[in-house]
Amino acid sequence: MYEIRFHGRGGQGAVTASKILATAAFLESKWVTSFPFFGTERRGAPVTAFTRVDDQRIELRSQIYEPDAVIILDKSLMNGVNVTEGLKNDGIIVVNGKGGNLKEAGKYRVASVDATSIALRNGLGDPSHPIVNTAILGAFAKISNLVSLQSIKNATSDTVPSRKKENVNAIQEAFEETELN
Amino acid sequence: MTGNEAVAAGVKLSNVKVIAAYPITPQTTIVEKLAEMVANGELNSKFIEVESEHSAMSAVTASEMTGVRSFTASSSHGLLYMHEALHWAAGMRLPLVMTVVNRAIGPPWSIWGEHTDSFNQKDTGWLQMYCETNQEAMDSILLGYKIAENNKLLLPVMNMLDAFTLSHTSEPVEVRSHSTAADYLGELELESKMDFNNPAGYGSIVPPDGPFMEMKKDMRDSMYNATNAIKKEITTFNDLFNAELPGLTENFMMEDADYALITLGAISSTAKYTIRKLRERGQKVGLIRLYFYRPFPGEEIVKAVKGLKGLGVVERNLSFGQRGPTFEDVATAIYGRVDVPMRNYVVGLGGRDVRVKDYELMFENLVEGNNEIEWVNVGAK
Repeated sequence: MYEIRFHGRGGQGAVTASKILATAAFLESKWVTSFPFFGTERRGAPVTAFTRVDDQRIELRSQIYEPDAVIILDKSLMNGVNVTEGLKNDGIIVVNGKGGNLKEAGKYRVASVDATSIALRNGLGDPSHPIVNTAILGAFAKISNLVSLQSIKNATSDTVPSRKKENVNAIQEAFEETELN
Repeated sequence: MTGNEAVAAGVKLSNVKVIAAYPITPQTTIVEKLAEMVANGELNSKFIEVESEHSAMSAVTASEMTGVRSFTASSSHGLLYMHEALHWAAGMRLPLVMTVVNRAIGPPWSIWGEHTDSFNQKDTGWLQMYCETNQEAMDSILLGYKIAENNKLLLPVMNMLDAFTLSHTSEPVEVRSHSTAADYLGELELESKMDFNNPAGYGSIVPPDGPFMEMKKDMRDSMYNATNAIKKEITTFNDLFNAELPGLTENFMMEDADYALITLGAISSTAKYTIRKLRERGQKVGLIRLYFYRPFPGEEIVKAVKGLKGLGVVERNLSFGQRGPTFEDVATAIYGRVDVPMRNYVVGLGGRDVRVKDYELMFENLVEGNNEIEWVNVGAK
């Protein structure tokens, strides 16, 4: 079983990102679950979402405490939330922003991408509220072979209600621009 | 799809004609989805917007009385506000189906999951089913109408989903065939219904020597004796749809178990995951999941617990002056028939996550603990 934890802020699309990633794995004939943890539901508040992928039916329904990967949609969260808590030793960090200066960089595999600029370039959200969820999945596809880039694009087209082309473009651009440590 | 989307799909499959509901977290996305289906013509139903849950239940009670299949959904405080009307719907012998997304009752305020809201309704005359998966959430709507509309029963059915753990969790669900579902349920044919050409009074006063007690006895007998009919309907459902619904209960790794837990709802899945792990370590442990809570599956429990060295009853709800309601019901069912040491565990109130280590602790305690109620994963906060 592969477990992914998303950290974002309300409005950035972390819940949708967890669903797109689950859908991508489902399209590759895996068993999946994805679910959010809703705290206080408001724009800007920290949001956590979870995705599990397995070859068999998934029975574990608790939150994810020892993830294989964490995906951070907003780097400023790292000041207040221990986003790498429980991350496995060979775990993956995907972060929106420069990853080179992460103190965790030495310990884990890190993929970093400027998902905010990519989202805005593609008209996803506005400068005060960029919707970075699809771009960050392009970076995940670069560092992980859990699902193919194409499946993420297909799942995105299936899931997002509008701007399908722009979201798929953002995934491709993020995939190309992602830096690995 | 999410559990709430699965419920909406089940309502569509059931060809429901009237929906009346008031939104409340975490039920909201069920009625949002249904309103969308009605608005875009996907579902040919009348959607009645009401100002409260009491009105929602009253509206579907009235529409069902005219012989029209009706649906509503609620949670938490909304369900409590319906309480009086729930007795009316059941007492009128109306085969309604309602989904309850289980959410805690304040204070303190909480939007997260526990079963107290629907446990507070277990004596209203509604059948109660607790779903473990989103597939069950969809299937239980169809099965619920089939059972409720059985002429020998004619009582409403409440389907439960744990807040967020099912309602907002996405997982694979197979949408049943519309034509098979239509053939399976058919049209609602109530023998006794409101007829505008022959006006009559309903729910009028009866004197103490009138048929009041007789009507209550008939209602009680109808539900209490429905277990065989329900089991038959589940078998038919599974054959027809190639589905995997359990019986009134599900026995998981019980054949040679020494110690077992009883659970309801979605927290059962993590219990199964834990049991597989403990089995790998050689521990003979198992699980009895109660899919139906009303009628209470007493006979199934008696059969399953014979020979156990310990039985733990897990509650995601609370009764303040007694042990948990599930513990009481299990003890009543096995009283004088099976002698098994029992423990009672309280878990997951106010949405507290129920983890593998919690179940490991319960199984440890089953072997070594005393017979008092045990609070799991609770500390000074």
